[in-house]
Amino acid sequence: MKRRSLIKAVTLSAGLAAMGMSWTLQAAETIKVGILHSLSGTMAISETSLKDMALMTIDQINAKGGVNGKMLEPVVVDPASNWPLFAEKSRQLLTQDKVAVVFGCWTSVSRKSVLPVFEELNGLLFYPVQYEGEELSPNVFYTGAAPNQQAIPAVEYLMSEDGGAAKRYFLLGTDYVYPRTTNKILRAFLHSKGVADKDIEEVYTPFGHSDYQTIVANIKKFSAGGKTAVISTVNGDSNVPFYKELANQGLKATDVPVVAFSVGEEELRGIDTKPLVGHLAAWNYFESVDNPTNQRFVADWKAYAKAKNLPGADKAVTNDPMEATYVGINLWAQAAEKAQSTDVDKVREALAGQSFKAPSGYTLTMDKTNHHLHKPVMIGEIQDDGQFSVVWETEKPLRAQPWSPFIQGNDKRPDYAVKGN
Amino acid sequence: MSKAFYTLLLLLLLPLAAQASEGEFFITAKPTDQARLLQNWAAQPDPARLALLSALKQGRIGADDSRKVRLNNRLRGLIDNALASHQLLSEDVAVRLAAAQYLQKSAQPAQVAFLDRRLASEPDKGVKAALALALASLQLGASEPRVRLAAVRLLGETGDPQARTRLETLLEPGVESDSTVRTAAQTSLAQVERKLLIGELLGQAFSGLSLGSILLLAALGLAITFGLLGVINMAHGEMLMLGAYATYMVQVLMQRHLPGAIEFYPLVALPVAFATSGGVGMLLERTVIRHLYGRPLETLLATWGISLILIQAIRLLFGAQNVEVSNPGWLSGGLQVLPNLVLPYNRLVIIGFALAVVLLTWLLLNRTRLGLNVRAVTQNRNMAACCGVSTGRVDMLAFGLGSGIAGLGGVALSQVGNVGPDLGQSYIIDSFLVVVLGGVGQLAGSLWAAFGLGIANKLLEPQIGAVLGKILILALIILFIQKRPQGLFALKGRVID
Repeated sequence: MKRRSLIKAVTLSAGLAAMGMSWTLQAAETIKVGILHSLSGTMAISETSLKDMALMTIDQINAKGGVNGKMLEPVVVDPASNWPLFAEKSRQLLTQDKVAVVFGCWTSVSRKSVLPVFEELNGLLFYPVQYEGEELSPNVFYTGAAPNQQAIPAVEYLMSEDGGAAKRYFLLGTDYVYPRTTNKILRAFLHSKGVADKDIEEVYTPFGHSDYQTIVANIKKFSAGGKTAVISTVNGDSNVPFYKELANQGLKATDVPVVAFSVGEEELRGIDTKPLVGHLAAWNYFESVDNPTNQRFVADWKAYAKAKNLPGADKAVTNDPMEATYVGINLWAQAAEKAQSTDVDKVREALAGQSFKAPSGYTLTMDKTNHHLHKPVMIGEIQDDGQFSVVWETEKPLRAQPWSPFIQGNDKRPDYAVKGN
Repeated sequence: MSKAFYTLLLLLLLPLAAQASEGEFFITAKPTDQARLLQNWAAQPDPARLALLSALKQGRIGADDSRKVRLNNRLRGLIDNALASHQLLSEDVAVRLAAAQYLQKSAQPAQVAFLDRRLASEPDKGVKAALALALASLQLGASEPRVRLAAVRLLGETGDPQARTRLETLLEPGVESDSTVRTAAQTSLAQVERKLLIGELLGQAFSGLSLGSILLLAALGLAITFGLLGVINMAHGEMLMLGAYATYMVQVLMQRHLPGAIEFYPLVALPVAFATSGGVGMLLERTVIRHLYGRPLETLLATWGISLILIQAIRLLFGAQNVEVSNPGWLSGGLQVLPNLVLPYNRLVIIGFALAVVLLTWLLLNRTRLGLNVRAVTQNRNMAACCGVSTGRVDMLAFGLGSGIAGLGGVALSQVGNVGPDLGQSYIIDSFLVVVLGGVGQLAGSLWAAFGLGIANKLLEPQIGAVLGKILILALIILFIQKRPQGLFALKGRVID
């Protein structure tokens, strides 16, 4: 008995030593990359899947031999939906872990919080979510959409005959920087199209608002004055009660279509979509896009979710920010290969003009100067199975305009990245 | 002879062939042509086309044709419109009535001639009236003043928000030249606006009641754990969340094993949620809270820690994403009371449910032995113990009861909002507000506070917006508590220590 436990202990410690040795061996040859997504708190609902997607992409790159002959080693931290903690964690990633690049953030406020850290320490951040623009840092690459790659084409579609030729617009958003800036741009755009202020209504709700009775009643009242469309920048959890209320009050997409900028496949997982068929969302990618690259991407993701036993793996879906994460990591790997280095300045230079065949079915190119991807725009209709069917898309990827021409003073801004901008 | 026979056969088959080929034609046409086709069909309905249109509404061109038609919202609207106009030819009075009512909203100018013919030949009185109204909104642009006058008068009878817009457009300078029609339009507009105002006020009152009932359900459990037992229970929100997740589990299990009775899963979920939350509550009371009675600060920290643990545990088990809890058929949709007032069924049921839970809790506390013991223990622990009440057991049961009621609240919340790990976080502050405002230790206080807060919130929201409304309510409550620290209702007597 005693001897047996001794044998056990010896094997165990030998095993541990071997593991430690292999770890040190490996550590010498890996490139560390940071993953900065909230895994707890309010944003966990959206950001957890981005962390998993990043890990899957890193696995895939490692399976192909890594970058410059070295394996990628992900360093995952949890900023817990706490904006100041984002800055703290990114400083830790850059100074202690010495990561070559960070993939992360979702809300604009978290990005704004880490921006000074990345600029001070000359780090590199890939930001994968559509946002309001008005920013262009040399230390950030934006793989999500700028307003002209999502919001404006969506409104143009609503104005077209197929979109219902809407005359009145109800702008509904959560009360923070992204919806407010987007709506400011949209209002100026609608003015330029001859829509008067009396035909535009702008309403904001707090984060996590759950009682949409009054707002839906107001939408109904507003829509009696002419063909109305709702443009929703409602974020996160509030979407479920909003759509439930819409359905229960009998407001159908044929009467008043709602186009949402923050509702994707992942958000629809929490909703019974049968009453919502016909409502719209504007993105640069949908899971239902039919092409071989996407089929492989979706299949890989489902297999990964199952293999890693992620919660809800049997119903795993992909969405736009996940695709943007995937594209961003691959673009970075390509650029690092091209630069033969992971040095931030060299990679930044190599990233300009770098292109990648994305699951959206297009070859996306990183702009030569403005750090944003050229992206196609797609309008999708909600289907009864929680997926979107694309009803309209641009012919080719659009160049981003981070400084929207619909905001005064932006015409004087340079179209390249400047620190502190 | 044979030639005549073939012609006859052809003629007989024609409607069938026409239908099939129309479907074929439709599926291959461009969206703009499809739209034109639907408009033509709507203006000249043909009974043979009904099957095609019904199939199109489902996104197909025939019941046994598996091909999908790609539709957008514009086409869906036109299909609905064409279908309604075909249904006017139906034998069934109810179908015709529904179709006529639908056309009141969506009739197109091209349909005037057809509607006119139907109006003349319609035998049923109700359908006739509905048709006349559908026609009236189109006839505002008619060339004869007499027709316009009749239409304007008819529109005054409705309480439809669209009638207001149409009358307002008519009254814009330069649109209507005939002065009699103008005056009639003004009278009608005033009539319509009065009706709309009634609908709006009722709607506001209803949404206030509904928000109040939700606040009440969220707070009722806390009224016991915090109000009666005095435990500052930060994990109360998580009891709501557990109830909602129990509902989700019941839904999933019934979908798998009892698909026939899935419609009634919320009813099955009620006892399950009560038992789950109540069980967890009793466990917490025995293991943690019991040791902290009389130390409010430690209780606050400990229960807050428990709430974090519960949230993360649920996140590990079910994932960070929200889970789908769907409304069963009888809780979807709403009751159309007035043209601008729909009362959603789920909200109606929740109001009733909230009141029922209050009643049951009240009965339990005031009419049973357990209730007597609970009140005795919370009012004077030592005296109760002297009289032979097992205070420990009563504490556990009372805490379990409060948690279980929170679980029931969770079932109701799952029908109106999100079910996710953070569900409780968004209700905990509101719950404390209700209990503190209502007066600690009083069920009636919570009842009044919940409905009062709900209605005040809904009265303020249209005026100053949701964000400012919430801030103002908070400020008002702070002022109120300054003036009256014991809340709306205070326990009277010398028993309070």
